[in-house]
Amino acid sequence: MSVRKTQYEMPKLDPKERIKTFSEVALGYDEETAIKEAERCLQCKDKPCVKGCPVGIDIPAFIKAIRERRFEDAVKIIKEKNPIPAITGRVCPQEKQCQCMCRLNKIGEPVAIGRLERFVADWERRKGYKIPKIEKKKSKKVAVIGSGPAGIAVASDLALKGYDVTIFEALHEPGGVLLYGIPEFRLPKEIVRQEIDYVKALGVKILCNVIVGKTITFDELRKEFDAIFIGAGAGLPRWLGIPGEELNGVYSANEFLTRVNLMRAYRFPEYDTPIRVGKRVVTVGAGNVAMDCARTALRVGAEESFIIYRRSRKECPAREEEVENAEEEGVRFMFLANPVRFIGDEKGNVVGMEYIQMRLGEPDESGRRRPIPIPNSNSVMQVDTVIIAIGQRPNPLITSMIEGLEVRKDGTIVVDEKGRTSIDGVFAGGDITTGAATVISAMGAGRRAAEAIEEYLS
Amino acid sequence: MCEIIDKKILHENLKQIVVKAPLIAKHANPGQFVIVMADEKGERIPITIADYDREEGTITLIFLEIGTSTKKLGSLEVGDKLYSLCGPLGNPSKIEKFGTVVCVGGGVGVASLYPIVRALKREGNRVISILGARTKSLLIMEKEISNYSDELMIATDDGSKGKKGFVTDVLRELIESGERIDHVIAVGPIPMMKAVSELTKKYRIKTTVSLNPIMVCGMGMCGACRVRVGKEIKFACVDGPEFDGHKVDFDNLMKRNQRFVEEEGISLVRYLDTQWKGEV
Repeated sequence: MSVRKTQYEMPKLDPKERIKTFSEVALGYDEETAIKEAERCLQCKDKPCVKGCPVGIDIPAFIKAIRERRFEDAVKIIKEKNPIPAITGRVCPQEKQCQCMCRLNKIGEPVAIGRLERFVADWERRKGYKIPKIEKKKSKKVAVIGSGPAGIAVASDLALKGYDVTIFEALHEPGGVLLYGIPEFRLPKEIVRQEIDYVKALGVKILCNVIVGKTITFDELRKEFDAIFIGAGAGLPRWLGIPGEELNGVYSANEFLTRVNLMRAYRFPEYDTPIRVGKRVVTVGAGNVAMDCARTALRVGAEESFIIYRRSRKECPAREEEVENAEEEGVRFMFLANPVRFIGDEKGNVVGMEYIQMRLGEPDESGRRRPIPIPNSNSVMQVDTVIIAIGQRPNPLITSMIEGLEVRKDGTIVVDEKGRTSIDGVFAGGDITTGAATVISAMGAGRRAAEAIEEYLS
Repeated sequence: MCEIIDKKILHENLKQIVVKAPLIAKHANPGQFVIVMADEKGERIPITIADYDREEGTITLIFLEIGTSTKKLGSLEVGDKLYSLCGPLGNPSKIEKFGTVVCVGGGVGVASLYPIVRALKREGNRVISILGARTKSLLIMEKEISNYSDELMIATDDGSKGKKGFVTDVLRELIESGERIDHVIAVGPIPMMKAVSELTKKYRIKTTVSLNPIMVCGMGMCGACRVRVGKEIKFACVDGPEFDGHKVDFDNLMKRNQRFVEEEGISLVRYLDTQWKGEV
């Protein structure tokens, strides 16, 4: 029997339509397409795809269940390892993880594992969640700082094992980067809320508006809880350090996305938080966050949205799919160019950007070719808004409040392979230990820490 | 949590609410602020903690109704709950024994100044307070501040109370009278803090100001509140809100606070319109 070489397409909203709304761009498989795609899976005995999954989902098993229309079983298999498949099915970089290990790559495209994960997760969401029975309640209490992917993973794992878990979230709604960072059109907030509700249904308590180190001290937490997990993410924006960054109209990606996503500025004035982009927006950087900003800018009214990146397209850290989505929607790329300063008017509003052409030199420590400015290649372009999306570091707010916690120069917490920090009974995982990375790697770290916490408490 | 248990109208648009918030009251210190959302669709806005009662588990907030967010907040009554309340944020004021400290407060900034005055007095400083307002009826917390001040001076723009003129006029006279001043703290409108800082710079008196830029998160992740201090860019929420007044770029701060002025107008008109329609 021959296998179809290419993936079944997942329908998407038309680019012309989608830049007018915040509706989700990718529409998902229907049942028949999902089953046909699942039939492409070779069911390899040695399961190479599982090795590519940061949380070790039994991928061939859940695909087999889809093939046999046992959707409920498929969800159950995924949820043994991943409590939020509707989210990871949408935002995981599968092409660099499970799918790049797929044997079908030799003859064509890999099985669309992410799309299948998303399909069964959405099937379950429509049907209503089944809450697993929690066998034995344990008396030990665990505090989780941060309600993003790492916190959700550790909390739900420990809740399933019967522990009394409380999540402390600094913002007014739980979800962390899933809520304030990733835009509605890529990850509808309704889904985030549903997945959080599932975690709550497991018995996890979530307290919002609590900043550990401010609203309660770390010592108070230590007294009340038997173990603590820190999953506060990487929320501190990086800046270029060039003149004019303080001008009005220059945003960090975090401010821009927080206003639009968390505060719903795209629905201003129904919602009170404003955002203004003007006609021409330039986003600096070419990671996933930069793509999110450039695409969001179009949806809040920009006529032109540019990405400026000092390397070439090949080095873009964003997922290929996200670069393509941005291109389809009309985002224009200025590769091998870098801003040198921003120019303001008398009111302090940004009106221009001076930038310089770059060329690629020898590879640097990251393995990518180092960008080198080309002398006397400066130009100026008119801009109304600039968004700086060149990465985030951990916010020192929490770590600076914890005595004896070993922290690296870049603000990340030092942990061993199980997520143990330098303090006994204190664990950490996700972006706060690695710097900005992916949702699924943070969840993987959370799951490993959950195991270590159980070991520590028993 | 977050329930309003007392409300006072200090003067027309100037309101004071006491909110149940045991954890914030327990950990609050002078100079810190909270981030408030009046309702689900509201903005996150910073308000300095005017007072806190650890035993009662309450905090006091004083604010001037200007735009949609403060008007929404002012429309809440005793028994209502704030949609969201988070704090205490920012670094507490540096309270130490300076010697003689002049505390200058203007407008609603006087509310933020009060816990600082009290703490400085308790620390054993000689505290001279200078309070300013447009007119007598807008002067707030005069009695509270005077309880913890060795001397209290007042300036009003129209001369309805104290000296006619600005707080800087009073401060200048005080300095020129030969009073030895070890430190000045100024909290109030940006032009006032700027004028105080320019004055004290001439006389080389160390001056601390408390800044009030537009904020979103209040915890150092968004950078909406960045201000230029000396050659550096600082976040008022986590690096401040207090900075060396001689280094702050007040003109930049003023411009940054104007950046949504158009949208603020649109929002306010819409809010007032819906309020009016609601009342019919």
